[in-house]
Amino acid sequence: MFEAILRIIALTRKELLAVLKDPRARFSLLVPPILQCLIFGYAASYDLNDVPYAVLDQDHSAASHDLLAGLDGSGVFHRVANLDSVENLKTYINERRALLVIQISQDFERRLQSGQPANIQVIADGRNSNTAGTATLYIETVVNAFNANWRSSHGQPGLTVQIVNRAWYNPNLETRWDIIPALIGTLTMMQTLILTAMSVAREREQGTFDQLLVTPFHPVEIMVGKALPCMLIGAVMATNILLVAWLWFRIPFAGSLLTLYAGLILFLLAAVGIGLFVSSIAATMQQALLYSFLVMIPFMLLSGLATPVSSMPISVQYFTLINPLRYAIEIAQRVYLEGAGIGRLMPDLWPMAIIAAVTLSAASWMFRHRLE
Amino acid sequence: MTLADIAKHNPLLAKARRIKALVKKEVRQMVRDPSSIAMGVILPVILILLFGYGLSLDVKNVKVAVVLEAPSPDITELVSGFQLSPYFDAQFLTSMPRALELMRDREVDGIVLIRSDVARNLAVGNAQVQVLVNGTDANHARIVQGYAQGAIGQWAARRAAEGHTVNVGPVTVDDRLWFNEANDSHYFLVPGLIVLVMTLIGAFLTAMVMAREWERGTLEAIFVTPVRVDEILLGKIIPYFAQGMVGLVLCMFAAKFLFHVPIRGSVWLLAGTSMLYLLVALSIGLVISSLTKSQFVASQITLLVTFLPAMMLSGFLFDIRSMPTPVRLLTYTLPARYYVALLQTLFLAGDVWGVVLPNATVLAGIAFAMLLLARLVTQKKLA
Repeated sequence: MFEAILRIIALTRKELLAVLKDPRARFSLLVPPILQCLIFGYAASYDLNDVPYAVLDQDHSAASHDLLAGLDGSGVFHRVANLDSVENLKTYINERRALLVIQISQDFERRLQSGQPANIQVIADGRNSNTAGTATLYIETVVNAFNANWRSSHGQPGLTVQIVNRAWYNPNLETRWDIIPALIGTLTMMQTLILTAMSVAREREQGTFDQLLVTPFHPVEIMVGKALPCMLIGAVMATNILLVAWLWFRIPFAGSLLTLYAGLILFLLAAVGIGLFVSSIAATMQQALLYSFLVMIPFMLLSGLATPVSSMPISVQYFTLINPLRYAIEIAQRVYLEGAGIGRLMPDLWPMAIIAAVTLSAASWMFRHRLE
Repeated sequence: MTLADIAKHNPLLAKARRIKALVKKEVRQMVRDPSSIAMGVILPVILILLFGYGLSLDVKNVKVAVVLEAPSPDITELVSGFQLSPYFDAQFLTSMPRALELMRDREVDGIVLIRSDVARNLAVGNAQVQVLVNGTDANHARIVQGYAQGAIGQWAARRAAEGHTVNVGPVTVDDRLWFNEANDSHYFLVPGLIVLVMTLIGAFLTAMVMAREWERGTLEAIFVTPVRVDEILLGKIIPYFAQGMVGLVLCMFAAKFLFHVPIRGSVWLLAGTSMLYLLVALSIGLVISSLTKSQFVASQITLLVTFLPAMMLSGFLFDIRSMPTPVRLLTYTLPARYYVALLQTLFLAGDVWGVVLPNATVLAGIAFAMLLLARLVTQKKLA
């Protein structure tokens, strides 16, 4: 037993040396995740802060000017043109010069003053319907403010139903706050899986795997020796991203590090298990890489990173139950933002433990099977 | 004179013959290695299915707890608004602490607190409804807030129509979504899918294949033959270009017949601009592999500079205009950015020359520059 541990330590050391001795490999393991985290942290946001819009104001009244001033003063909308015909409106949208065109008809103020409801027309570029929908919601907010203002200055009672909105865990509802903790899982999984799959395939391709086989190592020891260094590197990577989230983006960390790392270890076990399984099927590095990609992409797209799991069709939601990344993202977000403890995370932790157990034992079976 | 003799004397014909031999070798290798078939055919199919059936930004059946402190007949209509809405999967409670407990356990994504005096206060003009959401998924939370606001607003409007003293906002917004009237998120996900497929086949597969030849030294064996460097490059570009086009055709068929995304522009323009992007992706793959000469490093770098930016920074998911200036400037260097603009326009808006011409020109420029660069960095030299 003691000797087995010594052998595993030796193999781990050799593995770490093999990966980290190449300066380019060292660079590509450490720098890209941090860079990605920074760039995506800034870029990956559904929030809008610059919406170019054009106006077709056929009323030219004090009321329409007030309404537009509200838009211009919001800090989000900026006016790119005052149009004078419906023909122009089309070009502005078609050529993407404006995301929205607001059309105010000529009886706007007259209707308002006579107490009739007046409406403005908003035409949005639906090529990205999500962005267009968000921009339209922003317009509604500005219009609501205008309405409240109009009422109070014309002696009417305030807004009928006041809706008090409050958001837990992310008071300003910034997308960045949930994307970056999710990246801890995503980037770590991507790198760990590829690293594990490639580590065996490289030895196989270069013929050094046969050399490993003539040593006194038991197949399971070889597997553990391959898994351990990849988990170590994965843990370092996750820590780097956590530090970027915490120190650079200053997203408050609400939970306990102990809980987060407990989840992380389970997650790394599952990821390494999948990587080892892939590498036991692949004969070459290219195959290992392509197969890990084939596995990684569905896991990534169906994890809740880009689109919520609850919006997926029910049958696809069942598939997400075997996706370790789904649980990892949930754990990372819940520990990071909600400060959830182990007890509340149980529904996420035990499936991950099962996935890890299944993939690791499948990989070890494949290992023995292919080796003997 | 035999055909071989003619070839000997005509340099152009000899060149064509050498390229043909290289392409043949590459195609054989492709067919015999199951992984490149997986990459070229299975991956696009998986992506198409995932994008078409898995991904959706449309929010429905959000689990909310509606807390009624004391049931009263005045608010039954408001309550049924939540009950009947396709957006909500509401459960009704009478105690707030219980609702908070559900929210902490993630059993519900939001809480709507309706006090029993809301109807009475509505007449006086100071009614209040509280909407509490879990902000862990900010985008989702904002959409939930919007829907709740809609449900409450509709109730107020209906009461106004029934003659209760209620004031509806004097200005209402009438919004229209051009190009995607039904607000179907497939319409913008499917063009994005094509970008990803083309990037994977173009850059990733080529980078791996070329890096493998460098790493294994098989390129050295080719170097001693009379083939020239440009012929080696063409021998790689032609078969993977063909594979990329197969991927494109698969995606276009899926877009049209599976997801019913309209193709409002010309199919030829769509194919032409896709070829330009494919050339760019292929030459990026070749440049990376010639520079790194290692499969592992090449794969990591290709992932970093092509696939991830194509997904996150190309404007297909996230709006480029809202990114901070340095990141926005960075997107100008990404070929995917121009390709996404072209695809979204050609699919949904039509042949808008004001968008097509500038973007296609930039793409052609990048393709030319990258091909030149690939030729420059690939030398008949041993590493």
